[in-house]
Amino acid sequence: MIALLLRDLRLAIRAGGGFGLALAFFLIVTVLVPLSVGPQSDRLAIIAPGMLWLGALLACLLSLDRLFALDWEDGSLDLLATSPMPLEAVAMVKSLAHWLTTGLPLILATPVFALMLNLPGHAFSALLLSLLLGTPALSVIGAFGAALTVGLKRGGLLLSLLVLPLYVPTLVFGAEMARRAAETQTFQTPMLMLAGITCGTIALLPFASAAVLRANLR
Amino acid sequence: MPNLGKYADAVLSAYAVTLTLLAAIVLLSLWRSRRVRAELQKLEERHKSDG
Amino acid sequence: MSRASIWEYANPRTFITTTDKVLPPIAWAAAACLIVGLVWGFFFTPDDFRQGSTVKIIYLHVPAAMMAINAWLMMLVASIIWVVRRHHVSALAARAAAPVGVVMTLITLFTGAIWGEPMWGTWWAWDPRLTSFLILFLFYLGYVALWSAIENDETAADLTSILCLVGSVFALLSRYAVNFWNQGLHQGASLSLDKEENVADVFYFPLLVCIAGFVLLFLALVLMRTRTEIRARRIRAIMARERHA
Repeated sequence: MIALLLRDLRLAIRAGGGFGLALAFFLIVTVLVPLSVGPQSDRLAIIAPGMLWLGALLACLLSLDRLFALDWEDGSLDLLATSPMPLEAVAMVKSLAHWLTTGLPLILATPVFALMLNLPGHAFSALLLSLLLGTPALSVIGAFGAALTVGLKRGGLLLSLLVLPLYVPTLVFGAEMARRAAETQTFQTPMLMLAGITCGTIALLPFASAAVLRANLR
Repeated sequence: MPNLGKYADAVLSAYAVTLTLLAAIVLLSLWRSRRVRAELQKLEERHKSDG
Repeated sequence: MSRASIWEYANPRTFITTTDKVLPPIAWAAAACLIVGLVWGFFFTPDDFRQGSTVKIIYLHVPAAMMAINAWLMMLVASIIWVVRRHHVSALAARAAAPVGVVMTLITLFTGAIWGEPMWGTWWAWDPRLTSFLILFLFYLGYVALWSAIENDETAADLTSILCLVGSVFALLSRYAVNFWNQGLHQGASLSLDKEENVADVFYFPLLVCIAGFVLLFLALVLMRTRTEIRARRIRAIMARERHA
């Protein structure tokens, strides 16, 4: 399992796609927000938590189609399916690798982007915490979507259509938590809901992803 | 025709939209049902004649 | 045929011969209920003292909304049956129901917007009910798109049924998420129209007839479309056999 994780990480770093692209995409979204709504810093401060969450979510979405596609094309997914490791674990490891190469860099870059969007200083820790709690769910849900569309030639758009509705609860609670922190309200309830959703998806969704992969491999 | 008062546009457009959409799905289903049934019949007859 | 059970209808042939007999009466009953209910509602009910004539939209909006949700529930049940017992009719019935659900959701959204404009002064508000219906619509779109994207019938049935299961959980979560998010933000939007409590009998009885009409129409459409899907699947099977021969 660890070998698979290391292999995936190595591939992602060597291909350069995962890290770089998602981060660059996040940067572009952050730049485009002030360009589209105007540079007034008080207006930016209001929408900053939501925009940062949306940017992170879209950046996450962008790199999903590579999650299983490469292994599917060169047949290593068949090998993994016949190996003693259960497919559930494969799905889990793949999501973890995706999170390490996409979610984690996004979180690390967020403080810089939050400065650019004039997020109030006291909300930084809550925003980072909300992303830390929420992005693993994005990766796990994304792995499910990637598994659904793995056999399709041009599955990218369909993948977005399938995954985005599934992202709604995470986005609502994550952005709500960051927004409440920015407005100096208590954010315990959305935080707990967010953590609950993430734990639930991590616990259950790999089974669905594995079932989907099995159907696709048959 | 009942007197719909100042909301006539709203009520009539709601009914128009609904009836149009319902008619669309009903006609579409009927049309596809008929086409598929005919196609299947053709195929099965060809199979019978092929033996 | 010795053991009578509902699973006999899972046989495509039995399903077709049975629905041959059942479908026409259901379709006629649906048409009758819809005509009676809508004509009753449109021509022979008084205006509401607050809402004026817009109250007549209720005969479209409420049944469509109910069927939009019930169609998804039916798809969920059919998906579970497919996953557990692998009856093809059930997978095809779920597939047949989805576009009907799409139409019901669209009707709900449109009539709601048309009703909302004179009543609340806005076509759309990000109220929990409205938002969750929009999200339901997105789930329907994804489901239909996935069905049409995959060529292999069996795989498509597997994938869509799992999507339906997962999607149901997330649709429910979204419902509570947006519910939560509006609390304390806006004033609690007073959009809900609880039939039992708010609607007087003059509106209630034609509404019941309309709901019956929508249910029967849904049933008739799903049966007809399931028959079509069964036949389409048979065509594909014959074609595949010809290609191999």
